[in-house]
Amino acid sequence: MTLLDVENLWVQFPTRQGLFDAVRGVSFSLGKERLGIVGESGSGKSMTGRAILRLIRPPGIVKADHIDLEGQDLLKKSEKEMRSVRGQRISMVMQDPKFSLNPVMTVGDQLVEAYRLAHGSARKGATQAALEALDSVSIRNPERVMRAYPHEMSGGMGQRIMIAMMLIPNPQILIADEPTSALDVSVQRQVLSIMDRLVVDRGMGLIFISHDLNLVADFCDRVLIMYAGRVVEVCDADKLHQATHPYTRGLLNSLPRLDVPKERLEVLQRDPAWAEAPSVSGRVR
Amino acid sequence: MTGTKTGTMTGTSMLSVKDLDVWFGHGDDRVDAVQGASFDVAKGESFGLVGESGSGKSTILRAITGLAKDWSGTIAVDGEPVGHKRAKSFYRKVQMVFQDPYASLHPRHSVDAVLGETLHLHGFKDIDARVVKLLDDVGLGNRFRFRYPHQLSGGQRQRVAIARALAGEPEILLLDEPTSALDVSVQAEILNLLTDLRAEHGLTYVMVSHDLAVVGHICARLAVMKDARVVEIMDVDALRKRRATHPYTQDLLRNSIGA
Amino acid sequence: MTATPDTPSGAPTLRQWLLTETPTSRRHARFASAYKGWLSFRSNTMAMIGLLILVALVLIALAAPLLAPHDPYVQNLSSRLLPLGSEGYTLGTDSLGRDILSRLIYGSRITLYIVGLVALIAPIAGLLVGTVSGYAGGIVDTVLMRITDIFLAFPRLVLALAFVAALGAGIENAVLAISLTAWPPYARIARAETLTIRNSDFISAVRLQGAGPFRIIVKHIWPLCISSLIVRVTLDMAGIILAAAGLGFLGLGAQPPSPEWGAMISEGRRFILDYWWVATMPGLAIFTVSLAFNLLGDGLRDVLDPKDAGS
Repeated sequence: MTLLDVENLWVQFPTRQGLFDAVRGVSFSLGKERLGIVGESGSGKSMTGRAILRLIRPPGIVKADHIDLEGQDLLKKSEKEMRSVRGQRISMVMQDPKFSLNPVMTVGDQLVEAYRLAHGSARKGATQAALEALDSVSIRNPERVMRAYPHEMSGGMGQRIMIAMMLIPNPQILIADEPTSALDVSVQRQVLSIMDRLVVDRGMGLIFISHDLNLVADFCDRVLIMYAGRVVEVCDADKLHQATHPYTRGLLNSLPRLDVPKERLEVLQRDPAWAEAPSVSGRVR
Repeated sequence: MTGTKTGTMTGTSMLSVKDLDVWFGHGDDRVDAVQGASFDVAKGESFGLVGESGSGKSTILRAITGLAKDWSGTIAVDGEPVGHKRAKSFYRKVQMVFQDPYASLHPRHSVDAVLGETLHLHGFKDIDARVVKLLDDVGLGNRFRFRYPHQLSGGQRQRVAIARALAGEPEILLLDEPTSALDVSVQAEILNLLTDLRAEHGLTYVMVSHDLAVVGHICARLAVMKDARVVEIMDVDALRKRRATHPYTQDLLRNSIGA
Repeated sequence: MTATPDTPSGAPTLRQWLLTETPTSRRHARFASAYKGWLSFRSNTMAMIGLLILVALVLIALAAPLLAPHDPYVQNLSSRLLPLGSEGYTLGTDSLGRDILSRLIYGSRITLYIVGLVALIAPIAGLLVGTVSGYAGGIVDTVLMRITDIFLAFPRLVLALAFVAALGAGIENAVLAISLTAWPPYARIARAETLTIRNSDFISAVRLQGAGPFRIIVKHIWPLCISSLIVRVTLDMAGIILAAAGLGFLGLGAQPPSPEWGAMISEGRRFILDYWWVATMPGLAIFTVSLAFNLLGDGLRDVLDPKDAGS
């Protein structure tokens, strides 16, 4: 079943030298699966995520044939209708929890507020739900965390709180933009497995945006590889290491590996044709 | 490069750190960032410091360079212990490359100004020729000489930062996560550059990283840090063969290679 | 560069030369970055209006003898308090029959003189105190900042009044008094900027090259503080003009018969109900120039502020 269907998505920014295309003609669909979008900085992967939620600020322009969320075109919705889509039906987790949580409110107050916004219930029920939400992201001492302020939390803890908060309204789709890049390796895996469990249990669709090929290969079902605003390759995540596009191969080969020592690393030779070729469609019918 | 990757310590020690404590703040606010760290780095060797954020690995570099002021223990460069106040000659021997290339270049100084000033501070006279040579050494070329940092990509900035560190012809280069802010394809370029520079200039490296694979690629030996302490010092070869003894090192290894 | 279809090959146009991403010399790089700053400033219409007004003010001050229809000091008691649009006296005359337009034109010189001197003295003093205080820290910081606080604790005009009263009335003393009261905010700003810059990697890097505090403050910290100070100066200019006018109005600044705008308002005040233009015209002049500085300051903030320049 298709939750989200994006066709021919463009994101453009006017500059002194004319229009700059940050995303060029990206198409993909998302079912109840984990879809990875990988690419280097400037490849347009984050822009794609933000464009779906129409979070590109003017003068940036978002164009697409359609961005269908269960058959409804998000591009045709008014800004007010979009507000109920954001958070309620599609949630987003950003890279650094420090900038996403309100520094002057306790974690508990923020969770309760999020719950009441989503479900409009009484305070008491909301508190209970917030505790459960913290519990679901494996926070051991939820009562104490509820009373704490964001700055008292470690990075991994903060990111788990963010995930808990984003999942409160029971969205159909979670967009995670580099959710673990600011975290240490050991914490990274914990946070990912928590996110994974929640997404699978609730039958949600996940768009996982990352620069880390290995992480995406381990963690997703399907992967889009982006370069210069285009999707250059689509493949199953477990077959990522057999990817064929020279760009993907180049990225994989340029990673140092502890188990395969080399004198020199392979350097990616960029071919201008990669940026010119049309975008590969990531849509499944 | 293979010649120096012996793992065991040979020759004289270029950098020696003994019982190093580093702390921030006083009294109740005191935070002990490094406790009792000891290691030796031989001339021409490259040595890694691995650990998670807050483990104190970068703080060791800052103490060696004198940027962290409160420390006790012994730091010796080329057999000579350094005091709390560094002489100018110290900076001809030891230089550092910082983690974030976006923060380590002055936003209003062109590449030319950055390198020219550094050369001037080290007392060189033939500054023009040397700037050109430095840019060549780090693979940038004269084209980039008069650009400002905002006209450079992350990788190019890091090359400028490396050129600046090399300007005084140091013997020890301290690398504080030099590639963690860069894309993997750029990381490969910078790591190759570092490999080449070490071979050309006979440099001694101390590299801090959270990425075991990156340290494994550059270094022959490494120290693993956790909670301000060095928990294990071992050869990278031994690490590859999974001969790590400390559970934390084994943990890191699992996360890095997988299973 | 992409969008350069007009000249396919051959020598680049001046515009292309200035917009290049690969400057070929130190001078070229400096011109190019100045030109880009100018382009982004030019796109701000309000700031351009401010700049044009100020350029006009400077030209008027320079060409005062040519522009002024009358001598600003010559009294003509037979034609005193003429209304606007009188024959030969476009803006009328004051209580001594002097041409108001001519006095305004000559007064622009005094205004520019005051503004220029204060703009030189106050920010530079503030920059010195603030950066030294911020970079040195410890006891130096405490002492310098307490002194700053003492100056900040008094209302500006009251302090200026006290100074002028002590030093004696006159335009130089007014400038001195205003400068003395204007520097503390600059010191505060410079210190705050220095505190954030001090711990950045690029300062650490230059310290590792063996640079001393003097070089770091002058060559590395000042260039980053100056832009926010320039912005602040232009925004403060209005206040400075008004303070100078206020001192003039109270008879402590420029002395009669000098055509200082504040002093002119003060004179005109006596007949403001019957002959409103005598006080209003210099008031409008002060208003226009203050507004121009404010607009310019807003525009400069967009161009110069390094925090936004990255985007």
